[in-house]
Amino acid sequence: MSATAAAPAPAERGESPGRRALRRFLRHRIALFGFLVIVVFVTVALAAPWVAPYDPLATSWTAIRKAPSAAHWFGTDENGRDVLSRVVWGARASLMAGVVSVLFAAAIGVPIGLVAGFAGGVLDAVLSRIADAMLSVPFLILAIALAAFLGPALENAMLAIAITFSPVFVRLARGMALDAKATDWVEAARALGNPPWRIAALHVLPNIVPPLLVQSTLAIAEAIIAEAALSFLGLGQQPPAPSWGSMLNSAQRFLESAPWLAIFPGAAIFLVVLSFNLVGDGLRDAFDPRAERR
Amino acid sequence: MSAAAPLLELDGVVKHFPVRDALGRRRGAVRAVDGVSLAVAEGSVLAIVGESGCGKSTLGRLALRLIEPDAGAVRFAGEDLGALSPRALRARRRDMQLIFQDPFASLDPHMTVEDAVAEPLRLHRIVPRARERERVAELLRRVGLRPEHARRWPHEFSGGQRQRIAIARALASGPRLVVGDEPVSALDVSVQAQVINLLQDLIRDLGLTFVLISHDLAVVRHIADRVAVMYLGRIVEEGPAEAVFAAPRHPYTRALLAAVPGQGRAGAPPIEGDVPSPIAPPPGCRFHTRCPFAETLCREAEPELAGGIVHRAACHLQDRLPPAAAPAEADPGGERLRRLQSFFRAGPPQQAPAAATAEAHQEPSGASA
Repeated sequence: MSATAAAPAPAERGESPGRRALRRFLRHRIALFGFLVIVVFVTVALAAPWVAPYDPLATSWTAIRKAPSAAHWFGTDENGRDVLSRVVWGARASLMAGVVSVLFAAAIGVPIGLVAGFAGGVLDAVLSRIADAMLSVPFLILAIALAAFLGPALENAMLAIAITFSPVFVRLARGMALDAKATDWVEAARALGNPPWRIAALHVLPNIVPPLLVQSTLAIAEAIIAEAALSFLGLGQQPPAPSWGSMLNSAQRFLESAPWLAIFPGAAIFLVVLSFNLVGDGLRDAFDPRAERR
Repeated sequence: MSAAAPLLELDGVVKHFPVRDALGRRRGAVRAVDGVSLAVAEGSVLAIVGESGCGKSTLGRLALRLIEPDAGAVRFAGEDLGALSPRALRARRRDMQLIFQDPFASLDPHMTVEDAVAEPLRLHRIVPRARERERVAELLRRVGLRPEHARRWPHEFSGGQRQRIAIARALASGPRLVVGDEPVSALDVSVQAQVINLLQDLIRDLGLTFVLISHDLAVVRHIADRVAVMYLGRIVEEGPAEAVFAAPRHPYTRALLAAVPGQGRAGAPPIEGDVPSPIAPPPGCRFHTRCPFAETLCREAEPELAGGIVHRAACHLQDRLPPAAAPAEADPGGERLRRLQSFFRAGPPQQAPAAATAEAHQEPSGASA
């Protein structure tokens, strides 16, 4: 096996775990498709003022509930507003609600979970029971209660979603902290003389990022649905500003006469949520330590 | 060497792990280590042997104060480790290191080999940043790895190579004491021999004081100067390796030796039954439930280590037992290992595989430096 002339090997650069995950993800076609869909939606949402053909708030008495046509690709709604423009602008509300509320939820949940996991004892018991109690209430009921308490507005809906989601992150982070505490490499870090903060920052944190990333991606999908549900109930984005959920709400009265009012925002929610779920699954596969050598 | 002061001293060390029921009430304790006193002379190799679950790994971690003893004292170079502040203890870790059993778990998967080996150098400010890479290369070469491997990640290496990385990391700070917790038992047999060679060379060349925790008596016989046999959290026999292997005094030691495959100690009574629960160890001598020689006294009084200073055993009957069955041949148990070892020692000094993929068969020779 060993060659006759061993080449004077230069310093070989190995493949880092992050790069390996990226390579695996890029080979995951379905996940990649989901990622591209998300990129398209994000681009459209950011470029809404230029992409949308009409003002999403401009009403027109001459074009009420018109079916899709060359002038209005997705048709018009009961006030004569262009549905395509409203879906484009609605992407802003929905994507922002999804991403921001999950970031908030992670920002609340992860530190609490890590503290609970590392501290253990009474503190862990108290924090865990609070998280369990919140998880025992059906998700939407809690979100509705919080949103109603905070008052109807998109920001309050996002806050309500973030608070409702945070126990999931508490649990995840706590479990990972407990896992990390028991690994040999953390004990090895202690044996080498690492102070506790250095163990947490250098040895534990990098190793819990992958599951957090997967969980966050999947949570964004759920948060988008939650925002749509709250807006549908009138607790999220307030009219006349567009959001996919509130568009569905006003569409329900015209389901038979003007189905395009429900179809397009519904399809947008479906596509985005599906894509986030696909990406989440792809990330999970890419980070899976058992999927060696593929 | 033999007259040196003890570098590591354990004095009546006790560690109990509480067992709780579903409601968190204490329901007794696992008596993992139950009053152990040991001394390890500077530059010597002590092996701690025993069945799994006897507390030997716990003892190793107590010796480094990675876990806190419930009672007793651990002294390192005459200094009570229990009295050190967390900060002082961290600084002390420079001089005492641990090698783990499982090289797949003991290396942080998100650190390159270079970062892992350099970590102790940085923590204890041993070499200036500029000389760090050089020192890491030196350490890697010392454990039989190529310095070109420094920029790779642990997942790209085989078990034997990973264990070499872990050894390089443990040696980086220039420790005086190294505890090896089953350092080769997770490795393939052929790789085991190479890593044992490496450890032997390092112990000799660096003058390390080494505590080897192992259940593999063939390995122990090759490396150890002294042997301590553990059973249910206590030392039952302790003495020079040759003496313990040639003339074991405790029935448990005899049974362990008889259980080595190919040892062929005809006439040695076989060991029967399971290890009793360490939550409620039997009264009297802890081994009496499985001991073929047990008497009434053994069931009532707990024996202390006795029978001399050099070679001691905790057995009431140690002077009255029938003489230990002599090994049938020289030591067939270690023969296989010795053959393997000599094979790898005599092997080509530099194999230098061209393509450095992480395959087991590319283990470079241990004694290349």
